[in-house]
Amino acid sequence: MRYSIPLLAALLLAACSSQPPAPEQNPAGVESRTPSATSKGVEEKPFDAYGIAGLKDPRSPLFKRSIYFDYDKYVVKDEFKPTIEAHAKFLVANPQFKVLIQGNADERGSREYNLALGQKRADAVKKSLALLGAREDQIESVSLGKEKPVCTESTEECWARNRRADILHSATKEF
Amino acid sequence: MKLRYLLGLTAFAASVAQAQLTVEITGAGANRMPIAVADFAGERIVSQALTSVVRNDLERSGIFKLVDAKGQAIPEDASISYDDWKSRGADALVVGTVGAATDGRYETRFRLYDIQKQAALGGQGYLHTSGQLRATAHRMADFIYEKLTGEPGVFSTRIAYVVKSTGRYELQIADADGGNAQTALASREPIISPSWSPDGTKLAYVSFEAKKPIVYVHDLASGRRHVAANFKGSNSAPAWAPDGKRLAVVLTKDGSSQLYLLNADGSGLTRIATSSGIDTEPSFSPDGQFIYFTSDRGGSPQLYRIPAGGGDAQRITFEGSYNVTPRPSPDGKSVAYVSRNSGRFQLTLMDLASKQTQILTDSAKDESPSWAPNGRMIIYATEVGNRGVLAAVSADGRVKQKLSVQAADVREPSWGPLGK
Repeated sequence: MRYSIPLLAALLLAACSSQPPAPEQNPAGVESRTPSATSKGVEEKPFDAYGIAGLKDPRSPLFKRSIYFDYDKYVVKDEFKPTIEAHAKFLVANPQFKVLIQGNADERGSREYNLALGQKRADAVKKSLALLGAREDQIESVSLGKEKPVCTESTEECWARNRRADILHSATKEF
Repeated sequence: MKLRYLLGLTAFAASVAQAQLTVEITGAGANRMPIAVADFAGERIVSQALTSVVRNDLERSGIFKLVDAKGQAIPEDASISYDDWKSRGADALVVGTVGAATDGRYETRFRLYDIQKQAALGGQGYLHTSGQLRATAHRMADFIYEKLTGEPGVFSTRIAYVVKSTGRYELQIADADGGNAQTALASREPIISPSWSPDGTKLAYVSFEAKKPIVYVHDLASGRRHVAANFKGSNSAPAWAPDGKRLAVVLTKDGSSQLYLLNADGSGLTRIATSSGIDTEPSFSPDGQFIYFTSDRGGSPQLYRIPAGGGDAQRITFEGSYNVTPRPSPDGKSVAYVSRNSGRFQLTLMDLASKQTQILTDSAKDESPSWAPNGRMIIYATEVGNRGVLAAVSADGRVKQKLSVQAADVREPSWGPLGK
């Protein structure tokens, strides 16, 4: 485990979460599609990993909504492929729902170039979702450029958090 | 009785200007011309805003050095003691008179003298209201500047910029000295890329108020505006063609950010260039022949230009891995842009014939350069002490000014055209 138990507990408390800790180190609980196949003794109860409940369940890969990018780049890195696969599966399984992908950039450089960069990042995620079977009309991609940073310090750590595409779901009324 | 009424008006004018940009001169030219602006005879009836604005304009240009001439009003028709002013170190002298006109307005007349040559260089007279004091002063400063430098002055021009305070964005327009600031648009969502129409009556800009970037054209006199570009995806980076009828814009409707041309009313869309990467930040050359833009088609963002009617793009910058926001000078001979140098983003100037470049600033977060219409100064956005400010620098890098608003970020400056 990366986090100490007291720290994790504090984080959970701070988040006012009623969910049990996500078993991040146990991929069996998050990769399987059918609840019955998750019974490796870790889960307290079965859940539908790619259903609407999964969007709000830290145990589901759908809980992750952000794809992070390298500086001045718009290539989806391998480490984010599982997240994208999960959201693609959700869109295939739930054709009535849509996603809005918002691309973002860090504060460095011109506003207009960063707006274009954010669009490229959102489009890269859109393309990946479409390749995995989601319908084009289920996915809208927009850019916020560097106009809506989640972090405003001029540090590499902060810039990395802002180089991001977020997946917002209509199913949970996120847009 | 009449005097009290006038003072009341002046007080009102001052409160309107309270939210103005404050200008700080942080560098001046090497050989500044010493000029004396005497108090105007009768000026007290309109307060001394007139001569103080003229003096501030001239000093702020970085081209003039003020010789103290306060406390002694000299009327416009006085005979000048050249030797006296020569001994006080002045090369030029401005004198004037303010009087009440019969219709309730004021008449201001002034004269400019060359002390060295012991000659009058001309003068002008204006009829104006007390609300037009600043505008009158800027026109006088423009006359003086042009007579003494041979170039048009830009004191009567306006600048547009965006002020960001917590959760609020305001598109403001102010006199070139930061005075008389007025809000054209206020929004909870970002406003970027304001661009003046060549006749100075409209601003094109990008607003996120509908949760995505849309290009608007805003008529400043009426406050009315219309959507110029709202296609699928994002709509941004408007740039007026010199004819004032068309706009270059960047759209993502066909994929990534690409250049298009349309009429200012939103009709007649045509595509200008095609690349698989990012094309953005178009800007017309002053003769309308070329569109300069930023593209990452070569693997990193660099400056390019393309014939405005379409054709082959030509790469302009080859040094460094980040060159963005090309803005050709009013004479078309150079281009201002932002380059990254060891992690610092700096305003840079390239002479197009020689390809020589010069970094004009020592700051690290420069953005959005915009030329003064006489080509003398470039205004841009930068950061000082974690706050967004505007700064201006002369094309030779010597004259420097900082324009800031208290407790807010200022960004996205755009310098308006010369008045007709």
